[in-house]
Amino acid sequence: MKIQTIFHMSSPYRDDFRIKAYTFGEGEKTLCIVGSMRGDEIQQQFVASQMVALMKKAEEENQIMPGISISIIPSVNPFSINIEKRFWALDNTDINRMFPGYDQGETTQRIAAGLFEFIKDFKFGIQLASYYLPGNFLPHVRMIHTGFEDVNDAKYFGFPYVGIREPEPFDTVLLNYNWQIWNTQAFSLYSGTTDVIDHKMAQGAIEAISRFMVKKNMLSLTIENEGVQEPIVIEGKQLIPIQAPHAGILIIEKEAGQVVKKDEVLARIVHPYEGRDVCEIKSPVSGTIFFARNKSITFQNTLLFRIINL
Amino acid sequence: MIQNVTALEMPIDEEFRIVKNHLTNGKGKRICIVTGTHGDELEGQYVCYLIAKMVNEHPEKLKGTIDIYPALNPLGIDSMQRGVPAFDLDMNRIFPGNSRGSMIEKVAHDIYTDLSGADMVIDIHASNIFLREIPQVRISEMTAETLVPYAKLMGIDFIWIHQAATVLESTLAHSLNSTGTPCLVAEMGVGGRISHSMCQHLVDGIQNLMFSMGIWDEAPDPSKIKESIVSKNGDSVAFLNAKISGVFVTEIHNDTTIKKGQSIGQIISPLTGKILDDVIAPCDGLLFTIRAYPMVYEGSLLGRIYKL
Repeated sequence: MKIQTIFHMSSPYRDDFRIKAYTFGEGEKTLCIVGSMRGDEIQQQFVASQMVALMKKAEEENQIMPGISISIIPSVNPFSINIEKRFWALDNTDINRMFPGYDQGETTQRIAAGLFEFIKDFKFGIQLASYYLPGNFLPHVRMIHTGFEDVNDAKYFGFPYVGIREPEPFDTVLLNYNWQIWNTQAFSLYSGTTDVIDHKMAQGAIEAISRFMVKKNMLSLTIENEGVQEPIVIEGKQLIPIQAPHAGILIIEKEAGQVVKKDEVLARIVHPYEGRDVCEIKSPVSGTIFFARNKSITFQNTLLFRIINL
Repeated sequence: MIQNVTALEMPIDEEFRIVKNHLTNGKGKRICIVTGTHGDELEGQYVCYLIAKMVNEHPEKLKGTIDIYPALNPLGIDSMQRGVPAFDLDMNRIFPGNSRGSMIEKVAHDIYTDLSGADMVIDIHASNIFLREIPQVRISEMTAETLVPYAKLMGIDFIWIHQAATVLESTLAHSLNSTGTPCLVAEMGVGGRISHSMCQHLVDGIQNLMFSMGIWDEAPDPSKIKESIVSKNGDSVAFLNAKISGVFVTEIHNDTTIKKGQSIGQIISPLTGKILDDVIAPCDGLLFTIRAYPMVYEGSLLGRIYKL
């Protein structure tokens, strides 16, 4: 295991800002895993740390295939996690809106550039990503349609679903998009939660990444494949959004991953003063809940669920 | 007439509203004055006030419609947050919005729909708490041919024609300009403050634009309308970024013509009493941006110079 500081910056009063990379094996830059990038990505931090522990053991037991190297960057943004702030400590900019970065630009552009310089030549890239809305996902791998993406490789993770969506203007500054443009097969892996650790889903993510490495001949581990099926590729239009018809206290009845029937109650909205049910949220289709909000209050029109309608 | 642009329920006994003041004589062209997209930018508040006051005092001079939208991000303004509270989103990165998207995407959609079709939209920004700007209009090079003539009518100090960036396609201005509604982005001042003179200067410029478009029946005093400096191309601006983290101090104000080699300020260490870096101008030019917030990390923007 080799530990490198790949980006370093002084701060006015805090300790120096450092991005560290843990590298296993020697040879072609084959896989890079990027952990937390925002200050609330605790699940992503945990999964990355567990992958470092797993790879350290794999290296000690000679399970890494010869001629390849695998790097893990557990955190791109320790400064924000340490002060429990989602975006950059001073100016609130999002590092994941700065790629490919600019080494003569503003602070977060420089951080993105420092990271990207190290990670851009890998054959495969996995970002442990989070979503901008608060909620829980069915664990899945997501790709942006750039023309460079390879859906077949995404299937090797063994998740039930692979998501593909068309790029929006803001996507052009994301890590995933730029990785692909620079010829890295890039995957965003959503491991269910963000600011709290879900051990079961974290373990699922660790197994999925390990399965991918075994399938791509990076590791010689024995991986549990029971229950792993051919994944279903879903596009954005197959996800049915369900918004809150009213505001109030949100009582979630169904969680991400549950299968629901048409007209089944997904949630209730309770009047915050009078305690009565304002409305029930019913599923407009039969399907699997892909996303479920996890906050206990809601605005009117807030996105509460996305259901996979197949 | 005060009208709702959009209204939604909030969780506990509050309605989220975006309002506009619809001032009209029932015919003619329509100009929209919008501001408050970022909750820490307040210069536009006084501009809206001055324009509404002008119409209140002389309604007979109105020959069209002026719609004033003082707060596109009312929660942000009322709670001193740049982004949209509860969503931690930059309001100016989600246009044109989506009527079936999340709550804030629907709000963006309603704003965009309400503005679409206007003869002119002026989107007023006030930098942020970190940087101080001279009055300027920013125009993407993609729309320069159409918009620069309008911007010149405003007599603003500086017209910055910048390179197009894909990420900016999610701004309100791009969404409007790309669908046939001309939109000029004005930037001036610094976040969290109001400069009366700058606001009055912009109001004079908007009045001149409205007079030229036949919306207002009186031109401002011609002496108040400057000839703008128009940037040549996207490479004509030098960016000064901090080489080291520390505290940036300066005595220089923006709107200053400076010489190559001139000191712009220093990054100092209060702990050691040492100057960590003397920030030197790399070229002759107009310093149109200067840092207002002293704490800097490596890379923090300290100033921008239009090369002369």
